[in-house]
Amino acid sequence: MVSIVLDGKKIDVEEGTTILKVARDMGIDIPTLCYHEMIKPYNACRLCIVEVTSNGRTTITASCSTEVEDGMVVKTDSLSVINVRKMVAELLLARAPSVEKIREIAAKLGIEESRFVEEKEQRCILCGLCVRACEEIVGVNAISFVNRGPEREVSTPFKVESDVCIGCGACEYFCPTEAIKIEDIKGRKVLHDYLYLGPTKAIRVPFLQAIPNVPVIDVNYCIHFKTDNCKLCEKLCESDAINHDMKDEYEEVDVGAAILTTGYELFDSLKIPEYGYGKYPNVINGLQFEHLCHASGPTGGKILLENGSEPQQVAIIHCVGSRDKNYKSYCSRVCCMYAMKFAHLVHEKTNAHIYEFYIDIRSFGKGYEEFYNRMLSEGVTFIRGKVAEVNDGALTPEEEGKLIVRCEDTLVGIVRRIPVDMVVLCPAVISRNDSEEVAKLFGLTLSADGFFREQHPKLGPISTDSDGIFIAGACQGPKDIPDSVAQGAGAAGGVLSLGDYYSVEPIYSVIDDKLCAGCKICISVCPYDAITFNEEENVSEIQEMLCKGCGACVAACPGGVARQNGFQDEQIFAEIEGVLI
Amino acid sequence: MIIVNNDFEPKLVGFLCRWCSYQGADLAGTSRIEYPPNLIPIRVMCSGRVDPSFVMKAYSEGADGVLIFGCHPGDCHYKEGNYKTIRRYSMMKKLLGEFGIEDERFRLEWVSAAEGEKFTEVVKDATEKIKKLGPLNWKEVLEV
Repeated sequence: MVSIVLDGKKIDVEEGTTILKVARDMGIDIPTLCYHEMIKPYNACRLCIVEVTSNGRTTITASCSTEVEDGMVVKTDSLSVINVRKMVAELLLARAPSVEKIREIAAKLGIEESRFVEEKEQRCILCGLCVRACEEIVGVNAISFVNRGPEREVSTPFKVESDVCIGCGACEYFCPTEAIKIEDIKGRKVLHDYLYLGPTKAIRVPFLQAIPNVPVIDVNYCIHFKTDNCKLCEKLCESDAINHDMKDEYEEVDVGAAILTTGYELFDSLKIPEYGYGKYPNVINGLQFEHLCHASGPTGGKILLENGSEPQQVAIIHCVGSRDKNYKSYCSRVCCMYAMKFAHLVHEKTNAHIYEFYIDIRSFGKGYEEFYNRMLSEGVTFIRGKVAEVNDGALTPEEEGKLIVRCEDTLVGIVRRIPVDMVVLCPAVISRNDSEEVAKLFGLTLSADGFFREQHPKLGPISTDSDGIFIAGACQGPKDIPDSVAQGAGAAGGVLSLGDYYSVEPIYSVIDDKLCAGCKICISVCPYDAITFNEEENVSEIQEMLCKGCGACVAACPGGVARQNGFQDEQIFAEIEGVLI
Repeated sequence: MIIVNNDFEPKLVGFLCRWCSYQGADLAGTSRIEYPPNLIPIRVMCSGRVDPSFVMKAYSEGADGVLIFGCHPGDCHYKEGNYKTIRRYSMMKKLLGEFGIEDERFRLEWVSAAEGEKFTEVVKDATEKIKKLGPLNWKEVLEV
């Protein structure tokens, strides 16, 4: 500990602390531009100067880099400090008069206009924060100072596009004067991906109700995993909770049963280009609308158009890709109800008029039909007919600047053009694109629509052809939440009722040990290794516990000695004779 | 000698694997898809269980055609039963060819449990083709 006198107050501070930090901890305002607590001080902007008296000598020095010494006397607001600071601010203002932050600092010191005039107005004040961030934090040295004197500027080597730049945007983030802007040139993307509607970060809570509800680092975007540097978050985290060395781990778990609940995917609305998805920004799909409506969403739950205004008319289109021979012929079951929920949300949050374009309203289920009636009474316009097209070709002044929904109203028998501001598509619920691989892995088969096939459509809706493998939820077919919960509970019950015994196939094969010649052909064809060879007796033997009853050995046995219970050769011969009478 | 008889209704025997094709045929039934009643299905646990002697027995008992239905390659409930069927099928095909049995009278088809429609189409197609070929008459020949 060393003791210093700061603006007349005697205090004890830890050795190695800078004057700036001590002063700021005490609540003394010292302006800075080139200083950032995560980056080494550089003494560039000179705004943080203070008067220091040490060992009988008084000097004006930058506080951001000067460490405290025992017996130091520091003045942050002496006349000479203020005068020098004013001069520095005036010079900075002359160089970058349009930077708000500099104007603020100058105004605080009582300067509105600079007496000096610089030939070229610019934003960069050569504080070097960007250069130091690129070097110290990102660790790639993509930019540095080039030239000298009035020509000095920040640039990549030889002013050519840098191939070490990872586009992390740290330079933009640290720049105090907004002199650096990250832009998308040559189709090169800024690293942060876009989740549904808004930008996201390399560290984030995956979604609001995530369990456990903690932030995760996205290795695809984190600077540390690109340059082996940065680790700013680790330095800032007070509880040392961040560990960059963690790796994905694959664990093998022995289980007796498995429940597949792999869910569904949403039909890609881009496949129906006539609906203008991806072409017009105000044509969005159901998930995006949910994100928009969400209190933690990009608009804080407000339903807004791309330009930030409230929609006057909203069209909700049912059956986008479902009940359509060209795409998916089945009904996705959940869309009618959530489309009506959307209508209710729009009605609640805006004054917009709502149009629902439907083929048939399928409001089966508890309380659903009542909700449909409520929507009718809330003034939602239901139009029965498949939408042909969404475009922006206005024919009348009222249609100017609107999206036009063209559709046949089958109840009236006319083709209608309806101008709207926002279109919400309800895409089909489709099976996941890896469902075929997953099915192979677990020995399941797929239905014609690509979802996992249950053992029996009526009597075995949860179990599958593979023992101990159950399915629940939308991986078996489009399903709403109550149905998925019910099926999930059923599957859990199915697993629990398996008990601690093992059920054997009633149909298994046997080998007559008196007649077996011991040729071992059956052993070579058995896919379950259920046949062993008895060296003493020179015969093959089937383990009933392991036999699944496929009958491969029976068909292969040259002596007709292997027999399958329930499917013996004689039985099948009799069957053939019977059917051919 | 080929007997040309327009009223001829061929008798077809089908061996259906219990997991895929039999369920596919069941699906055709529950979906109320119509198909010719000429094919009589015999359920086996796996298409790999179909012993060549079953096929010969069917012809000798008067079948005009034999169809074997199995799971698609890679989908076998017993891992590899249908691969054994493929090998047996091509071997039998050669043998039956030697006996003068036409290609159309002996078929191997993959029908999954979801392909009720495909099952009916195969049966329709096989019935039509065998109708054109006329009866096989092995039973009478063997009895003489």
